[in-house]
Amino acid sequence: MQPAINIEALTKTYRSGLEALKAIDLTIAQGEIFGLLGPNGAGKTTLISIICGIVTPSSGRVSVGGCDVVAQYRAARAKIGLVPQELSTDTFETVWATVRFSRGLFGKPPNPAHLEAVLRDLSLWDKRDSKIMTLSGGMKRRVLVAKALAHEPEILFLDEPTAGVDVELRRGMWGLVRRLRDRGVTIILTTHYLEEAEEMADRIGVINKGQLILVEDKATIMQRFGAKQLTLHLMHPLDAIPAALADLPLVLSEDRHALIYTFDQHAERTGIAALLQRLRELGIGYRDLHTHESSLEEIFVDLIRER
Amino acid sequence: MNWHAIRQIYRFEMSRTFRTVTQSIASPVLSTSLYFVVFGSAIGSRVGAIDGISYGAFIIPGLVMMSLLSESISNAAFGIYMPKWSGTIFELLSAPVSAFEVVAGYVGAAATKSVMLGLLILATARLFVDYQIAHPVMMVCFLALTALSFSLFGFMIGLWADDFQKLQLIPLMVIAPLTFLGGAFYSIKMLPPLWQQISLFNPVMYLISGFRWSFFDVSDVNIVLSFSAIVATMLLCLTLIWLIFKTGWKLKN
Repeated sequence: MQPAINIEALTKTYRSGLEALKAIDLTIAQGEIFGLLGPNGAGKTTLISIICGIVTPSSGRVSVGGCDVVAQYRAARAKIGLVPQELSTDTFETVWATVRFSRGLFGKPPNPAHLEAVLRDLSLWDKRDSKIMTLSGGMKRRVLVAKALAHEPEILFLDEPTAGVDVELRRGMWGLVRRLRDRGVTIILTTHYLEEAEEMADRIGVINKGQLILVEDKATIMQRFGAKQLTLHLMHPLDAIPAALADLPLVLSEDRHALIYTFDQHAERTGIAALLQRLRELGIGYRDLHTHESSLEEIFVDLIRER
Repeated sequence: MNWHAIRQIYRFEMSRTFRTVTQSIASPVLSTSLYFVVFGSAIGSRVGAIDGISYGAFIIPGLVMMSLLSESISNAAFGIYMPKWSGTIFELLSAPVSAFEVVAGYVGAAATKSVMLGLLILATARLFVDYQIAHPVMMVCFLALTALSFSLFGFMIGLWADDFQKLQLIPLMVIAPLTFLGGAFYSIKMLPPLWQQISLFNPVMYLISGFRWSFFDVSDVNIVLSFSAIVATMLLCLTLIWLIFKTGWKLKN
């Protein structure tokens, strides 16, 4: 199957000399939700902007659905819907006029039924005759999504779609993304909310200083980089880890009331049974225990720090 | 050709005009009408005829041209500057539209508004001054071509401008003086020989002269020169806009 997006050796150096992208290679399959993570200034928006035709690449090749974004820009761009990070809207226009404009701009004939379905899906139908300037920030964000969906794109870019919106709207947006994916739309999501990527994405790409430092299935990342820890809350604080336990990957908490044991959850033997047995032998009692798996956020922070 | 896109851009721009009808239409018609009242009816009756044409009638083509130039530039410049200013330009840049289609939408709407305005001013002038149009077809041709050429020029200004002040800079500091000194209120034959020669370097003079010819069959310069000046202006603007889109100057980083 033709990939939704294929990027080969893509670079971008701005006139200021800033090297925003360094030889990016990336393939995104049709129908997947791809989460692009990275700190501010990492190159996320530049990468999206080049794919969408807003920024000219310095070198490399990008194709969308097999169409080169430069040589076959019409076919490539017609497949894409973009929800930008900024709340950029035609403030004096009505919601209906602006989505109708977007559909026409992308070369699609008028289809009021489709526009109505999009607006209803985004709970904007009642606001169709309202001027955008009268809407709340969250509604403006939804108008941008409606504009991006007006021409029935095969690929949807969501650049920080839930930045500054309340929890309810964020959950609503996630629901919409899932429904779109169910209809076969490929979704590329950039976000600062790692919880969002963890919740939504099938695959994650981490970009830092213009380089893609990691592209993996979310599950693989969690498995590969995510350590699991067992925390034992002690009956009595310890001054130090007993010498008899020095061979184990154990850490004493700062308040000396807990022992933290890191283990590989996929190993044949986690060593937990042996640890508990040795604690009993040493007379070290514990009143509670729980396990914790690294979140995507912790993995992301570690990755960025390492690079 | 993405006809849907051209239609939507055109429609969007025209709806902006009708939303701001006082500023876009009523205001320039009123201010130009004041010229007709003052120079046509009041002072004009005491000024002698030029080339056998009453002064009130003589200044009509120049005044229409003055409004046409400034409104064409303003309309087109504002049309493309607003998406840049508000950030909605991202949608235009990411849409499957060619430079030609974008220009056709924005410039087509700006030129339409200017032609509408020119015709309204002509109709208003009829209330104050009696005039005839010797070559009506050519008059419409000059009106449309000038509106188109200067809308293209305004579109370039809108692409170039990065603040509201720059939008007004060229219309006020360059176009207005060229129009006043291009024979809007006089025939350049009335100037001393040296100034007549200098006026030949003023491109607006050719436009006014040609437009006046279409009304009264008299002109300061050959009609072919006037027509060539308009076509040359249009081709120059089209070439520059094509280059801007090709290089992404002021549009894409």
